[in-house]
Amino acid sequence: MDFSLSDEMRDMKRTIRDFVDNEVEPCAMQIEEEDHIPQHLIDQAKEMGLFGMSIPEQYGGLGLNMVEKCLLLEELGRANMSFTTYIGAHTGIGTTGIVELANEELKQKYLPGLASGEKLGAFALTEPDSGSDATNMKTSAVLKGDKWILNGMKHFITNAPEAEVFTVIAVTDKEKGARGGFTAFVVEKDSPGFSIGTIERKMGLRGSHTSEVIFEDCEVPKENVLGIEGKGYSSALRILSKGRVALGARCVGACDKLVELSAKYAQQRVQFGQPIASFQAIQWMLAEMATDTEAARALTYRVAWMVDQGLPVLKEGPMVKLFASEALGRVVDKAVQVHGGMGYMKEFPVERFYRDARLTRIYEGTNEIQRMVIAARLLKELQI
Amino acid sequence: MKYVVLLKQVYDTETKITLDANGTISNSGITLIMNPYDEYAVEEALRLKEKGEGEVTVVSAGGQQVQDALRQALAMGADKAVLVDSEGADLDEYATAIILAKAIENIGFDVILGGFRAIDDGSAQVAGRVAEILKVPVVNVITKLEVEGSQATATREIEGGSEVVEVSLPAVFTAQKGLNEPRYPSMKGIMKAKKKPMDKKTLADLGLDNDQIAARVKPISFSLPEARKAGRVIPGEPGQAAAELAKLLREEAKVI
Repeated sequence: MDFSLSDEMRDMKRTIRDFVDNEVEPCAMQIEEEDHIPQHLIDQAKEMGLFGMSIPEQYGGLGLNMVEKCLLLEELGRANMSFTTYIGAHTGIGTTGIVELANEELKQKYLPGLASGEKLGAFALTEPDSGSDATNMKTSAVLKGDKWILNGMKHFITNAPEAEVFTVIAVTDKEKGARGGFTAFVVEKDSPGFSIGTIERKMGLRGSHTSEVIFEDCEVPKENVLGIEGKGYSSALRILSKGRVALGARCVGACDKLVELSAKYAQQRVQFGQPIASFQAIQWMLAEMATDTEAARALTYRVAWMVDQGLPVLKEGPMVKLFASEALGRVVDKAVQVHGGMGYMKEFPVERFYRDARLTRIYEGTNEIQRMVIAARLLKELQI
Repeated sequence: MKYVVLLKQVYDTETKITLDANGTISNSGITLIMNPYDEYAVEEALRLKEKGEGEVTVVSAGGQQVQDALRQALAMGADKAVLVDSEGADLDEYATAIILAKAIENIGFDVILGGFRAIDDGSAQVAGRVAEILKVPVVNVITKLEVEGSQATATREIEGGSEVVEVSLPAVFTAQKGLNEPRYPSMKGIMKAKKKPMDKKTLADLGLDNDQIAARVKPISFSLPEARKAGRVIPGEPGQAAAELAKLLREEAKVI
């Protein structure tokens, strides 16, 4: 197997790494304190084309395949996780629905603005009573004349306060429910009856904003249906499944950064007259961190490659999300331990990573749901 | 308007330099980057071009690995690259300048830009030598450049202040930090870079032979800076220790 990279991919990775290490990282503390990503960082990311990673070239994007996209997201994963999420949620769940499901007219209308980053995309599925159980959704859409009228509320919507284009899943036939009664829509922020509710206060991910999205007789043009009417539930699953591999790549990047920080710190920190890196207790932690990172990387790229080959990844996609996010959980926990008391202090980035990493086991489908999907698929494949 | 940028590939500032068995700088495990001062030069050429019209060519001499640095300039927006393969010859500033000047004569030029020095050997000679060979003026260590027709106005750093000079084109300018903030190549720029012309030339293509570029200056040996010695802890009561410290600073270190 050939794991070597093209010159082009190497250049892209190096450029993003330089950008993340030299521009984003110095702002990390400022982002934490102000709960706001400086506009110049977002503008630079736009100019570099990072917002168009998963959008085809004919609509102004980069048209990368999954392996290539993962290679770049891995570098972004080194950054302050709110910055990564701002871009990652846009290039992932925020735009995938339009790329994969929209008709040509909708693509022409929305994708160029999303590819340049001029417009930010978001995905609105979750509701207060409908988290892991997406089938319990209440937000409704009723066709009246040439408009759909949406009513209800979504919450925990990443990027919602800044986003302009939302992929929204709503109930169009209550009787049928998830089986033929959900539909995906593209909804613009300026639609009559659309508003942003409470912005949540979170454990971490400061700088990335998550809020309620409220629909009060919100008017959406009839033609803004994504994919087939009634197929919204499978559309949602399709949007989420693509995102899982990409999230894996971001976790790998974060793991890499944590291994680097910890290995460097362990060689600088002197106790008992020698660098703590000379103690086996620390060495074992570093070895386990690095091994978890490489294992997560191997799985991520293997499954990304499967996606590019058009192979089904119904259980492998969830495996990536499950393993990479839990590997990150183990790695970041050890990173704090290697740093000792300093790992608990805000001056050191591991403290921030520790809080931020926790979310990767929850969002884009909790890891319990991933396990459920993997097991269901496995038992189906191996049915006796 | 023809803009030419002289470019050098150097060791990454974070690379750990080691010497091999022959006492020369080891190439294993090192990463190479575009000389940071040359990045300012590339950026300035691109900005000048974007204000009006013209073509930006980046030129370098060295081995095939230099293509990486040239490709970065192409990704930033330069139009074409010329790489003169030095065929493993040991190049000093004299030889490098002869090669670059020859290559530039073939390209044609109005404005030649380069970093004011390379971060590896720091000799700050090549751009000036190129200007001399091409018989054009050189303005060193600039922090601002404006081009109007066949005239250029440059601001350069001088001791304790800055100087504004006017010069007629063609001319050579060397970039100092502060000239601009180099852009990051866009992902699209990186994709386009591989389709842009990378003109590889041999010394023979330029009508040069090994005698003409025989180095005048040859490195005799390399040595790494002496490792910093560990500090010394003076034991004892604070009062006594302080007295001992003062004595050592005076008698041993001779700083007070």
